[in-house]
Amino acid sequence: MGSPDDFDDSALLLKQVNQALDNATPLRIQGSDSKAFLGRTLAGEILDTRSHRGIVSYDPTELVITARCGTLLSELAEVLDAAQQMLPCEPPSFGERATVGGMIACGLSGPRRPWSGSVRDFVLGTRVITGQGKLLRFGGEVMKNVAGYDLSRLMAGSFGCLGVITEVSLKVLPKPRQTLSISLDMDSEHALRQLAEWGQQPLPISAACHDGERLHLRLEGGEGSVAAAHERLGGERLDGMYWDDLNEHRLSFFDEDQPLWRLSVPNNTPRLSLPGRQLIDWGGAQRWLKSDAEATFIRKVVEEVGGHVTCFSHGLTDTPFQPLPRALMRYHRSLKQQLDPQGIFNPGRLYAEL
Amino acid sequence: MNILYDERVDGALPNVDKNLLLQALRTQWPDLEVLHQKEELKPYECDGLSAYRTTPMLVVLPRDIAQVQGVLRICHEMRVPVVARGAGTGLSGGALPLEKGVLLVMARFNNILHIDPAARTARVQPGVRNLAISQAAAPFGLYYAPDPSSQIACSIGGNVAENAGGVHCLKYGLTVHNVLKVDILTVEGEHLSLGSHALDSPGFDLLALFTGSEGMLGVITEVTVKLLPKPQTAKVLLAAFDSVEKAGRAVGDIIAAGIIPGGLEMMDNLAIRAAEDFIHAGYPVDAEAILLCELDGVEADVADDCERVRAVLLQAGATELRQAKDEAERVRFWAGRKNAFPAVGRLSPDYYCMDGTIPRRELPGVLHAIAELSNEYGLRVANVFHAGDGNMHPLILFDANQPGELERAETLGGKILELCVKVGGSITGEHGVGREKINQMCAQFNSDELTVFHAVKAAFDPGGLLNPGKNIPTLHRCAEFGALHVHGGQLPFPELERF
Repeated sequence: MGSPDDFDDSALLLKQVNQALDNATPLRIQGSDSKAFLGRTLAGEILDTRSHRGIVSYDPTELVITARCGTLLSELAEVLDAAQQMLPCEPPSFGERATVGGMIACGLSGPRRPWSGSVRDFVLGTRVITGQGKLLRFGGEVMKNVAGYDLSRLMAGSFGCLGVITEVSLKVLPKPRQTLSISLDMDSEHALRQLAEWGQQPLPISAACHDGERLHLRLEGGEGSVAAAHERLGGERLDGMYWDDLNEHRLSFFDEDQPLWRLSVPNNTPRLSLPGRQLIDWGGAQRWLKSDAEATFIRKVVEEVGGHVTCFSHGLTDTPFQPLPRALMRYHRSLKQQLDPQGIFNPGRLYAEL
Repeated sequence: MNILYDERVDGALPNVDKNLLLQALRTQWPDLEVLHQKEELKPYECDGLSAYRTTPMLVVLPRDIAQVQGVLRICHEMRVPVVARGAGTGLSGGALPLEKGVLLVMARFNNILHIDPAARTARVQPGVRNLAISQAAAPFGLYYAPDPSSQIACSIGGNVAENAGGVHCLKYGLTVHNVLKVDILTVEGEHLSLGSHALDSPGFDLLALFTGSEGMLGVITEVTVKLLPKPQTAKVLLAAFDSVEKAGRAVGDIIAAGIIPGGLEMMDNLAIRAAEDFIHAGYPVDAEAILLCELDGVEADVADDCERVRAVLLQAGATELRQAKDEAERVRFWAGRKNAFPAVGRLSPDYYCMDGTIPRRELPGVLHAIAELSNEYGLRVANVFHAGDGNMHPLILFDANQPGELERAETLGGKILELCVKVGGSITGEHGVGREKINQMCAQFNSDELTVFHAVKAAFDPGGLLNPGKNIPTLHRCAEFGALHVHGGQLPFPELERF
């Protein structure tokens, strides 16, 4: 305690939320604002979560880390790294000052996601300031906990619309003993077929991306399995930084001026016929699209294959997230109404109705 | 406090005329099988927690989803509580019926709809057995990872409703980590798809919310699960220790060495002897504790890991270390563990299985406290432990025919769960709250937290018709439970009057 990186400011956050409840003031919950480009534009008074920061507990042998919402994602990574552990879902930062709270609220995961699980999969517990103006704890610091409803995993990806996440406990894992990245010369259709086939085999693949020209793979595991897989698959060595650049959208693909769309589809979906350029990630389950095409057109194509579309270019559309079927929206509204009856938490960030 | 539904503290239930309901169901759904006579209802009066029994008003056994929808609509209209049931293997009374309710049996929905090897998914009906999914996926070299010990009988719908675990959770996750999509019917009979065949879906993560919601938010009609390629090989090490503390520390040492075993189980002496008598797994019966450590994956890595784990275990003071020499011995080592519950059941007319979780570092202290409680209450406790993920299964041995023993076992069990909460754990890791742990929920959550749970329930089932009385206690119940604690001290013993 006392270090500038460690401060319990939950009392102030709670006070601010209670004031907002008293005055019916909508809040715009904000960490470093690194992911403000995602979702709809928000009005509302800023609730800055950055002052509530620091790692509350970390015991590597328990495989659990607990951090306050304002803790920098980079600090979390450093602390884990020092113990040879990691947060396997590789959440992207999109900025050096990204915070743990924002990471949970946005629920974005990196290249390892199909093999390791998503941000929500690593959430074990949260502390949340609720719409009743209380700071409550859901879940905990144990791997298995099925008491009550799973509100902590519900918070992941909720974009702050259900409450203020003040603290989170995450499952972490040891880093793999060996990592090797390779790149193979094959077109995207061939790559998708290969990935579907390899996916049925116990290969140590932990990232797979096709950039339009080449298939990039990351192999992770023990020395033996990585070496054996490398020998079998061949390919050229690739600098492991590639995956960070992909995750943080620093590849040249993301530079172009056209709007950026994220397409989430079943992993064995064939190459989608859409105007613009595509980059295949997550072994086929996540496709990035640079395209001037209309949102409705892109959505229609992707919906037909059982997927959904998010617009990653801010302000382009009023519905950056795929509109929900009517019945599902009704229950979303009902849940929002129950947990945030005054509608003060990031109203409209996800959907105008929430 | 009585564990069966008590309208005084659990809330009044609507009074419905059984004959009117029966008539409505028969008129609108003439082909629907409805059980209504006393002797037909009897087999459905409990689930896997057989100590608690209630005869349901009616049992319905639909054969198609339209019938399920029809039943829900009629029940919603007539305000009849509905308890959904899968295979009925649950250990927390989650499918315990209500006298004033309909028991909706989903077991007949047992078709595997589609196995898609390229997508590595299986789309199944809710009554499909857990193991049947892996069997159907086996020809493609794939399997469904979560493996609760009841996997030959338990159904996937129940697995989702309870967020079932198993012995491989540390590495492969719980049900929630292995399900892509569920289709549900709401209390009004409205269909919703939660999740998708992609890896995520827009909006709130209702799939996570529904997993483990114990039939309180909707009725599951279809499940799509993720399949994994079968590990190339699996090896099991068996280590014996002369103290449970040493065994507990060895678990932490394995993790600290950067190894995540496929399974990591611990048994204490009473459980070891019971399992050995029953299964003849070759366990060392004089050990105070054994660890079973399974390492799976690619051949070369597993061989490496085995060497590392052997070194760690010896360093941690293992008195004996064996590696299953072939697949038959590996299966035998596991059979002892997987049959630990029935094995312990042979030592005693009845046993009561707890399901608390704790941070692993608390294990020695908690085991010590359990031993003290066991002495205090005069009941033997055998310990079986998913050591890798901190999930304990103390088994309390008792004889229900001895007056007061069941109550004493319940109280002892309650104390163990409260102990788990006190050290930062949870009252249930994988069996669910159901009816069994409804009182201990009051120890784990405060009234504000319970109020939020009730709000979640109200978002999906404002009339409280789906599985009333399970999972989340009323504040009224907690108030009385709290009062019992304050006044009790040494309470509750059978001679004392109950609320």
